[in-house]
Amino acid sequence: MSSCIKKDLVIIGGGPAGMSAAVAAYDAGVRDLIILERESSLGGILKQCIHNGFGLHRFKEELTGPEYAYRYEVQVRERNIPFKTGTMVLDVSSDKIVTAMNSEDGIFTIEAKTIILAMGCRERPKGALNIAGKRPAGIFTAGTAQKFVNMNGYMPGNKVVILGSGDIGLIMARRMTLEGAKVEAVCELMPYSGGLARNIEQCLNDFGIPLMLSHTVVEIHGKDRVTGVTIAKVDENRKPIPESRKYIECDTLLLSVGLLPENELTKAAGISLDRITNGAVVDQNRQTEIEGVYACGNVLHVHDLVDFVSEEAEIAGKAAAEYINGKRGGECDVKLVTDGKVRYTVPQKISSADENVTVYFRVADVYRDIRIIVRDGENVLINKKKIKVAPGEMETVTVTPEMIRGMNGNTLSFSIENA
Amino acid sequence: MIRELTCIVCPKGCQLRVELCGKEIKSITGHTCRRGEEYAKTECTAPRRTLTTTAPVEGGGVVPVKTDATVPKELLFECMELVNKAYVPADAEVGYIVIENILGTGANVVTTRNVKI
Repeated sequence: MSSCIKKDLVIIGGGPAGMSAAVAAYDAGVRDLIILERESSLGGILKQCIHNGFGLHRFKEELTGPEYAYRYEVQVRERNIPFKTGTMVLDVSSDKIVTAMNSEDGIFTIEAKTIILAMGCRERPKGALNIAGKRPAGIFTAGTAQKFVNMNGYMPGNKVVILGSGDIGLIMARRMTLEGAKVEAVCELMPYSGGLARNIEQCLNDFGIPLMLSHTVVEIHGKDRVTGVTIAKVDENRKPIPESRKYIECDTLLLSVGLLPENELTKAAGISLDRITNGAVVDQNRQTEIEGVYACGNVLHVHDLVDFVSEEAEIAGKAAAEYINGKRGGECDVKLVTDGKVRYTVPQKISSADENVTVYFRVADVYRDIRIIVRDGENVLINKKKIKVAPGEMETVTVTPEMIRGMNGNTLSFSIENA
Repeated sequence: MIRELTCIVCPKGCQLRVELCGKEIKSITGHTCRRGEEYAKTECTAPRRTLTTTAPVEGGGVVPVKTDATVPKELLFECMELVNKAYVPADAEVGYIVIENILGTGANVVTTRNVKI
């Protein structure tokens, strides 16, 4: 496979987004497609998410991560959609040439008519946190610890402090506890948790693990191995309060401090990224600024639920199929802008008034008794009342073709206002 | 007595309020579905959880497993001990029963993927 081959559709990443996009594209008539996956099997991060709670929207039942992934893998296999595992994509060019390598084919290039970027995200590492102290063994991101415990069967430590209350951190607090470790505390810098309420209940409260809001780790102790951490309360500007410093003995520190879309290939292709999502700027079809290149799943913006990843990937898969069949959009050019309380929207632009567009967005803080307002200039198009919105929970509104056609300007502004 | 609960049935995480008179449930509010109401009832009488963990595979490694129904919450650690002592054959497929009717709870421990991938 040394010479350049051509494909109608190349999907980069064989996790939930990649598999779902592939199935949707196939079902819309695409036959000349391939999935390229870096790991040795399909499934992505779901392989190590052995807890349940996946698929309630999609399948109306509660599945574990591996079961959810398996359902899509079966769909990929039933359709005989080709995939290459153990294959690392090295480059995507702006003229849609994909360069990849694996141990069988060596380096190879594919000239693609369309590309779907579905590389997912990775965890924010310790280096991004600037915690004082030495660099002993025993510091892991929560996802790394999850992989060790759930896939390799190794326990990373016995006495654990977790920094960050994102869902992976909460899930790992329970997992480590069940396997016999003592989780001393989960510290969260913000005055609220970024994780789901149900996970605070069933992962922390069930086991009496304290959630310390407005707290952070200010120092890591230990030379060869972590021996403890110093935590402190933070003020409203998130600055540690020195008098509140407290030492906790532990041998392990897990970090669950955010996820970053993995967009090196997107950048290599020259596609500009949204400063807030760290993913590509896309239209309602999840098409990036390069025609025929789409992005979906956690590489586009970090999702709370895999069900929504699958949904988004289907949009991209169908759109790629239409593009291959010669359909081109661009009959309108509406920009979606936000007020800051709404941090971002996906999509960021709408280029067609054919169908309803579900706009996903996140808010910057916890707001109560509010209205979600969408305006065209002074005209209020959407006015949706909510009792509570929070940064950890993605919100949606639906923009209809009638709204788009009736617009005076070309900007839809999203805001959160008092009810 | 009023007991406030966070529902764990789905990612919505509804805030439930259960009015109790001793062990008797007088009223349940805050739920937005029937499963939430059920959850509030069992949570105030005999709380139950689904256990998800891993089981050792013959010849090394682990495979993810779950209980195919909920088990009493207070039995989670006893269940863990049994699952960690069980052995799953290397050719087991998804849904393989590792432990039948664990601790008489009525729930089976089953694999959630094929051992070989």
